[in-house]
Amino acid sequence: MTTIPISWYLAVAAVLFTIGTVTVFVKRNAIVMLLGIELMLNAANLTLVTFSSYFRELAGQIMVFFVMVVAAAEAAVGLAIVVLLFRHRETLNVDEAQLLKL
Amino acid sequence: MERALFLIFALTAIVAAFNVPLRRHPLHSVLALLVVLGALTGLYVLLGAYFLAVIQVVIYAGAILVLFLFVIMLLNLRAEEARLERRPLLRWLALPFAALLGVEIAYLVRLFEENPVPSGTSVGVTESIGRELFTTYLLPFELTSILILIALVGAVVLARREGR
Repeated sequence: MTTIPISWYLAVAAVLFTIGTVTVFVKRNAIVMLLGIELMLNAANLTLVTFSSYFRELAGQIMVFFVMVVAAAEAAVGLAIVVLLFRHRETLNVDEAQLLKL
Repeated sequence: MERALFLIFALTAIVAAFNVPLRRHPLHSVLALLVVLGALTGLYVLLGAYFLAVIQVVIYAGAILVLFLFVIMLLNLRAEEARLERRPLLRWLALPFAALLGVEIAYLVRLFEENPVPSGTSVGVTESIGRELFTTYLLPFELTSILILIALVGAVVLARREGR
């Protein structure tokens, strides 16, 4: 049975993480920026699972479980803020939301 | 066989991930991310993390992305799209990041060149994960429930209309 080198998984995770980072930097839409964060979190998850499987150690997979919980919490609060931003400013452009106070 | 599956899932994930920033409409970005998550599920199965593969589908695809879809459809974004101006200067940031990525991948490939992931490991089945989660990691597990509660209350407080 052929096996897959660990570096392949890490390379995929690196590509996904970079795309997520570029998304956060380049896009001005608050929702798409949140999507970029999710992409980065998933890349980190893939790395954790890869090393967990490589060292036959469960701690990495438990960590992924907690990352998912934090991602869910982050998405809920982040999207609530997005809804609030849209309600007050009628826009999702993060460049137009420069002031903390209305 | 295993390698072919890996290549299929990895290429699907990467191609779909490129679609996340490239699509104009946020709805398409969310659907592209959905494809990424599905492909990652395949990679998790290949790595022997069966429980996480299921959790990935249930939590990420089933809960988080649906939340994103709800918000996008809640806010009527049709008129919004035209107003988001292009920022050509910021796009050039992609070049240094791409260079950084190339260096990173080359380094990783060198570092772990001849270390294959042991195939057919079943370390991530539900039983072992559950046993670990409710013994060694019981306190963090309980703390996540508080975190979720705080996020829930926070989201409700934020999104509430303050008309009295």
